[in-house]
Amino acid sequence: MKVAISVNGRQVEAEVEDRLLLAHFVREQAGLTATNIGCDTTSCGACTVLLDGESVKSCTVLAAQADGHEVTTCEGLAGADGRWHAVQQGFHAEHGLQCGFCTPGMMMAAVSLLAENPDPTEEEVRTGLEGNLCRCTGYHNIVRAVLAAARDGQPAAEAS
Amino acid sequence: MSIMGTRVLRTEDPRLLTQGGVYTDDLRLPELTGAAYVTVVRSPIAHALITGIDTSAAAELPGVVAVLTSADMPAPPEGGDATAEPLLAADRVRYVGEPVALVLTEGRYQGEDAAELVSVDYDPLPAVPGIEEALTGETLLFPGTESNILATGTAGEGDDTSFDGCDVVLERTIVNQRLAPVPLEPRAMAAAWTGDRLTIWSSTQNPQLARGAIAGALGLDPALIRVITPDVGGGFGAKVAVDRDAICVAWAAKHTGHAVRWIESRSENLVGMVHGRAQRQTYKIGGTTDGRVLSYRLDVVQDCGAFNRLGAFLAQLTVLMAAGVYDLQHGGASFRAVVTNTTPIAAYRGAGRPEAAAAIERAIDDFAAEIGMDPAEVRRINVVPPDKFPFTTATGATYDTGEYAAGLERVLAAADYPALRAEQARRREGADTVQLGLGISVYVEITAGDMGGETARVVVDDTGAATVFTGSSAHGQGHHTAWAMLVQNELGIPMESITVVHGDTDAIPEAIGTFGSRSLQLGGTAVVQAAGVVKEQARRLAAEMIEAAEADLELDTARGTWQVRGDPASALSWGQIAERAGPDGLAADARFDASAPTFPFGAHLAVVEVDTETGKATLVRHVTVDDAGRILNPVLAEGQRHGGIAQGVAQALLEEVRYDPDGNPLTSTLVDYAAITATELPSFELVASETPTPINPLGAKGIGEAGTVGSTPAVLNAVIDAVSHLGVRHIDMPATPEKVWAAINEARAAR
Amino acid sequence: MIPAPFFYRRAGTVEEALDLAAGAGDDGKYLAGGHSLLPLMKLRFAVPEVLIDIGRLAELSYIRAEDGHIAVGALTRHHDLEHSELLAAELPLLAHAAGLVGDPQVRHRGTIGGSLAHGDAASDLPAVALALDATLVARGPSGSREIAATEFFSGLFETALEPGELLTEIRIPKPAQRGWSFQKFTKRAIDWAIVGVVVQGGQVALVNMGSVPMRAAGVERALAAGAGPADAAAHAAEGASPVADLGASTAYREHLARVLTARALAEAASRN
Repeated sequence: MKVAISVNGRQVEAEVEDRLLLAHFVREQAGLTATNIGCDTTSCGACTVLLDGESVKSCTVLAAQADGHEVTTCEGLAGADGRWHAVQQGFHAEHGLQCGFCTPGMMMAAVSLLAENPDPTEEEVRTGLEGNLCRCTGYHNIVRAVLAAARDGQPAAEAS
Repeated sequence: MSIMGTRVLRTEDPRLLTQGGVYTDDLRLPELTGAAYVTVVRSPIAHALITGIDTSAAAELPGVVAVLTSADMPAPPEGGDATAEPLLAADRVRYVGEPVALVLTEGRYQGEDAAELVSVDYDPLPAVPGIEEALTGETLLFPGTESNILATGTAGEGDDTSFDGCDVVLERTIVNQRLAPVPLEPRAMAAAWTGDRLTIWSSTQNPQLARGAIAGALGLDPALIRVITPDVGGGFGAKVAVDRDAICVAWAAKHTGHAVRWIESRSENLVGMVHGRAQRQTYKIGGTTDGRVLSYRLDVVQDCGAFNRLGAFLAQLTVLMAAGVYDLQHGGASFRAVVTNTTPIAAYRGAGRPEAAAAIERAIDDFAAEIGMDPAEVRRINVVPPDKFPFTTATGATYDTGEYAAGLERVLAAADYPALRAEQARRREGADTVQLGLGISVYVEITAGDMGGETARVVVDDTGAATVFTGSSAHGQGHHTAWAMLVQNELGIPMESITVVHGDTDAIPEAIGTFGSRSLQLGGTAVVQAAGVVKEQARRLAAEMIEAAEADLELDTARGTWQVRGDPASALSWGQIAERAGPDGLAADARFDASAPTFPFGAHLAVVEVDTETGKATLVRHVTVDDAGRILNPVLAEGQRHGGIAQGVAQALLEEVRYDPDGNPLTSTLVDYAAITATELPSFELVASETPTPINPLGAKGIGEAGTVGSTPAVLNAVIDAVSHLGVRHIDMPATPEKVWAAINEARAAR
Repeated sequence: MIPAPFFYRRAGTVEEALDLAAGAGDDGKYLAGGHSLLPLMKLRFAVPEVLIDIGRLAELSYIRAEDGHIAVGALTRHHDLEHSELLAAELPLLAHAAGLVGDPQVRHRGTIGGSLAHGDAASDLPAVALALDATLVARGPSGSREIAATEFFSGLFETALEPGELLTEIRIPKPAQRGWSFQKFTKRAIDWAIVGVVVQGGQVALVNMGSVPMRAAGVERALAAGAGPADAAAHAAEGASPVADLGASTAYREHLARVLTARALAEAASRN
């Protein structure tokens, strides 16, 4: 079938298999490989993108379901002028990433979380990221990164 | 001011945060255009004879390029090791997930469709699903062998370990359960012939070791193989070198001449990638009623899985480290390594050392409970004092440096241990539903224990920029940032002008790579030494250029210039000197071989709440000292501690690979394998501590695994402590709600 | 992993969906948010030949106060239930429970109708619908019919929906007693409940205590007879037939049902 999906503001049209997953559409048809796939069971969240502004796991959405809609990936986070999104700044400032594989999905989940709750508590951040696995950071610095992003990307005063 | 020891944010981040990393499956290279997708057909049965494989239906499916089985491979040599692991299973399968055939397809989605059509006839055999069944020897995995025990070993005193003079002797058999490493990026590889050479892109921790393994298995000259590591999405020991699945992919490229690419699914990863831990441990501890531990013995049965890839080696490390941080009069340990019809066991964060720490730290708490003494006090009495280093333990390890008691005191002070004990007493007094538990571990582990050394090459070009070629192979550790800091510190070239290259065997032909928390102390030291040679080269050239004596020259590391001491007007830049050096610039190779391993140590305090009605344990605080010698970059070191702690907590509370009695895996998706998430963890409270080692010039020990070694026993001890007043003395890991509830019930019934 | 091949058909209206379903017969499946079905298809536990995407039927996404009840469109997403002011005021149990389904990404896609029609006894919303005495409205080729929640869940992943019938609305009467509680017990926050207990007034339902979502009839009888929360909770596992699986033994599930019921009844009483 033919689908047309706006990915990071660019219209991507392609003739695809009916069963094509949105994650693969983003990676293959749109050619954007920041979005990773880490499981088969909607568990790990590595493939999280924004669909019409809300976080979804793109391994569990058909490209056909997203036809005509807007998708935002990690590559679309920074502004047109290259300025980083507060979440990107927070992840850098707080060392919220190590191997980087979960990071794009984790950041998209965080963007959606902050859109719904701009001033979350630590517990709300942890709950809000419950659908995203990270194996490197123990989540400690990811949580700090999201809290920093809520403060416009500025790290908290104390460090450890 | 020196950059050493300062908080430097990672130079790796901008690319990862904006475009994402380029992992193996992200490669869009001309060499891989039209590459066939490899799908592995895996055994769905734990133990069976293969009586036939029909590939015809799969081969006829549109888009199928080839279907390959062991029949397409050269036969293994006759009379070889009966327990050797094949590439593709030929006549017998020994674990669910074992590779049986490969399907190559034009499209990604065709692979699974075709794999379903490969028809394999199995004649089931009785399965050996675990240690107990392996030890009976009723079913043997390898015809021609006499038992399922493939290796044994000892450390320290033997079976006759003396318990003379002990007022109290306790013995207990405990479980150190099987874990799945779950790097977020599963295994992946791509391979292509270019000219007469095979280029491999592999998600590995060790490209050079991978090259050797592939060359050996395929009978190729290693010089004909180039292994490149793109970004690697986590390894944790499970991506050391390459395993048979990946070698099969490389073989498929050789056999068919097609470029190929492979990424496994998570469901394959959870049965096909190695698992870790998997020990049954029996400890015996004895001492006096005033808190002195006199004797300790540990007997391990290591489940190797279906093949002895690394299982016996891990058990060897466990017995070596069995004595932990304690100054014992008598100590001994042994292991038996058995094969079972399960996924092979190999390295997973800690790899042999967490098992040792989990046993003795559990035993110490058990002993403390028996004599009615605070477990912190028992540890104060028994840890090796600082004036005894270097210290050789009862099980034969020689520790370099340690401040065990001081580490414990720092943690107890940071946590306000007396206040926590008072709160615990209050809740016990009130018979609260939610009880408080405090768990301590004081641990030591061994890093860079392989003694393989590491390489580095430092080049300064005529623009004044430096390039570092390192044998250490990063997959999240931040080596690019760290190595640039080392070179800036040594040469005064700013980090922004330093490029770090790793993970390409053409650029770095000789190296070992990353595992066992070895990188900074070996790879980092090699970088410093190579930079040091470059510095002396530059000094000689600068002396010629300025026409001054070498001894009168100084390197101004703040400005990155050479000058006659006290005469800035004479200054020469790195670029000027490198230009003088000729077309190759300034360059030096170094290889650092340490004289001995190093022994990081630390203390953890876990504070756990246990709901005594449901049995659910919640970690509410975790306070640690993890002393890995001198710290280069606290940002990176803390990140390693955080990740390590979380994986250790996961073992104590949640994660476990399970099999049914027929050897069928029960945890082959991330729905069933309970990988720890942000909601199960608190923020960690890290206490700084640096006790340098004399083993390397950086004074550094490894930090990658320390957090894991310390956190598992601390959290388990805390859970048991929370319900110890109800009569509970032990709970096997993971301490799931049901196990805690059952332990409470059992203790109540016994009273 | 990826699903086996299928034909994707998109419905623009309820009528079109019914027509497509009739055409597909036994080989067809409705696709709402897809968060129950697609994971099963990726593991190839489910291999429908035709997927009928009803996800764009905006007419089935609403939460409205109607005469004596709240009407929830079957395609209303968990996220919208969670954040509905109307539900917060009138049916806080439903809003709260919807906010505990899966994780935020799942709640952005998953729908109440999809969850109910999937009929999984381990899911939260079937038990919530039971405790709320919901009525489910289904449309078929021959028109609409109403099915009481207590009649809806008929077996292991089985519901009273006829082949091709489409769940369109969930009607929930205004609760007689305001007190409510949902005790969801999991190992990790993202897990399905090992056991869950839902209470609205004197109505009590259980998650994952058998092959079918069920009311805790013994507890309700005891409450009706005037028993206090602790005594009533002792009946929580009566008539239940929980499985033993990776998550828990039968005995532990029965124990949890009693503990959680006592807690739920106490919490509900505190909210009255």
